[in-house]
Amino acid sequence: MRVSLRVVVVHPDLLGTYGDGGNGVVLAQRARWRGIGAELLEATSDGPLPAGDMYCLGGGEDAAQAASAERLRADGTLARAVERGSPVLAVCAGYQILGRTFAAADGRPLAGVGLLDVSTAKGTGRRAVGEILAEPLFADLPVLTGFENHGGLTVRGPNVDPLARVESGVGNGDGTDGAVTGRVVGTYLHGPVLARNPALADLLLSWATGLSLEPLDDAEEAALRDERISAVRARHAGRGLLCLGRYARSVLGRS
Amino acid sequence: MRADLDPTLPARARAAVVATRVVNALSRRLGAGSGTVAGGHVGLAVDPRLLEHLAAGRRVALVSGTNGKTTTTRLLAVALEGSLGRVATNATGSNMPTGHVTALAVAPPGTSAVLEVDEGYLPGLVGTLVPEAVVLLNLSRDQLDRTNEVRMVSNRWRRALAGSHTTAVVANADDPLVVWAALPSAKPIWVAAGLSWRRDAVGCPACAGRVEFSGAEGGGWACACGFARPRVDVALDGDEIVLSDGRRHRLVLALPGRFNRANAAMAAAAAATMGVGWEESLRQIAAVGEVAGRFSVVEVGGCSARVMLAKNPAGWRELLDLVAPGERPVVVGINARVADGKDPSWLWDVPFERLRGRQVVATGERCRDLSVRLHYADVAHRTVRDEVAAVRAAWMAYGGRTPGGRAADDGAAFGSADVGNAGAADVDFIGNYTAFTGVMSRATERTCA
Repeated sequence: MRVSLRVVVVHPDLLGTYGDGGNGVVLAQRARWRGIGAELLEATSDGPLPAGDMYCLGGGEDAAQAASAERLRADGTLARAVERGSPVLAVCAGYQILGRTFAAADGRPLAGVGLLDVSTAKGTGRRAVGEILAEPLFADLPVLTGFENHGGLTVRGPNVDPLARVESGVGNGDGTDGAVTGRVVGTYLHGPVLARNPALADLLLSWATGLSLEPLDDAEEAALRDERISAVRARHAGRGLLCLGRYARSVLGRS
Repeated sequence: MRADLDPTLPARARAAVVATRVVNALSRRLGAGSGTVAGGHVGLAVDPRLLEHLAAGRRVALVSGTNGKTTTTRLLAVALEGSLGRVATNATGSNMPTGHVTALAVAPPGTSAVLEVDEGYLPGLVGTLVPEAVVLLNLSRDQLDRTNEVRMVSNRWRRALAGSHTTAVVANADDPLVVWAALPSAKPIWVAAGLSWRRDAVGCPACAGRVEFSGAEGGGWACACGFARPRVDVALDGDEIVLSDGRRHRLVLALPGRFNRANAAMAAAAAATMGVGWEESLRQIAAVGEVAGRFSVVEVGGCSARVMLAKNPAGWRELLDLVAPGERPVVVGINARVADGKDPSWLWDVPFERLRGRQVVATGERCRDLSVRLHYADVAHRTVRDEVAAVRAAWMAYGGRTPGGRAADDGAAFGSADVGNAGAADVDFIGNYTAFTGVMSRATERTCA
């Protein structure tokens, strides 16, 4: 089973602000650990996007995000890869630029790469910063854990499914996070998302290789997942008790 | 360094100084803090122009940048002290105006001041304090959960320094964002201080094009728009500092690492602009063995640890290079409190692969995140959440010989990177901010070189 897999991290010089390059490391390692030869390519924005079997895009600053979108539209490699069925994982700014439109630093709408039927506008409220938990809506994946850090609100069109329903956090801003069309997956989750959610990594790998993959020993990942999930839920329970207490006090105070 | 009140201060400023001192003394007495922030708050509330008043009649130098601030501030203060007498400084790293108020409120009138400044506060302080020298070290990402557009910081520095005609700006010529900030200043002094993390520097601040780096570190950089590395005034050549007129000065440090040689060159260059000769300041700097605990050897959990602080990918790269040639176990501590940044995703920007083959223990409140990172880096490790227990576990795994009872030649095995007091340590501990301060607060004994 010596499939050689090329994992391309897209524009780490522009979309590498939030450690999302780790998604490429996770994909390549999980392939290698199963005896599948894997090559990790960091494709900086000064050259054409190389051919690959799967692509990862990460988060970045406003100006860098716009520059990356412009180059990807002009280059065309990513769109052709998606047509051929290559999986794409796009996070935060990378997710936004794969949509129809996204917001420039001044709020102006800019044309995206158009691989996902979503549009992102600048939010008016506070930036969404913090731990996020979301229940995936397809493929039987376990709950997704990550850290979100974005100001944009993303609206889904009719030709796309949400990735997950948000249990705690903001995500797209309508109670869901991310978007999926075919093998293109967008999400707001950093962490990196595949380090915290190895099942999602394996789903993308099975798409790319066409193989059903045997499980790995994910003891480290499981311990991290348990800790993050229970930290968020404990905080929620604490807040719930606080609200309940306040409510009880107000009721008692009134009587 | 407690001084009588400066009679030349306006009455309101004098009241503010008294308030600052009283509150800080109280805060220390109550154990509420290090006694540097609360008093500053109160002082500034009493007199919002307190810093300006306190700086009047002093020679002031400011030090800012993402990495190396605390160390360079200390080195510059030490370099000046030999010639200028005692220097007021915020040695504990309280680098916002509250900390500056405290440092100046206890200093006798007229003493010179060397202040570490948070990057965001530098433009305001340049206007308020009219410094004689400003040292700009580097700019890179830090704390992902706060908006951190380093290009914006560079532009704000640039505007402030362009308007300051009497200030000498000692700037790192190898960091394009620092050069962009210092270029319009009246008296830039360019130091080839190196830049090991380039990923935040490739976007040209002048034209939004792309900065190309040629060859190895310090090998020059340029953008097609013409923005390029300036001709340097001060360079490092092994253990020597080379000036543009050909003069050479030997650089001997008790502090380890390439980055500390660069910090020393920046500090000595700033001292030179303030009239202290190179030989004199380098002699003073040579004796500094630890800075606010960094690089000191402490007794923790029954063994001795060399403790180091790294806060972001650029800092971690430097320290991993430093410990890589050694043999002793490495304990890595990661927290994600507000002071650290609440998102530890940056762990994936750090080349932990360099620790392959070493005895490694992951610790701290976010040891699980670190453990996953090390797992994917193929670094075998153990995970022990409590930092002191982790240091002990690392030492036991390495043989657990009695502290102090080591063979005399053990230090020789640790490679040439070990200088100063490092040879005496059983383990290396590298932590991010609160993981580092946590271990320091639990250390039972501290030794200096």
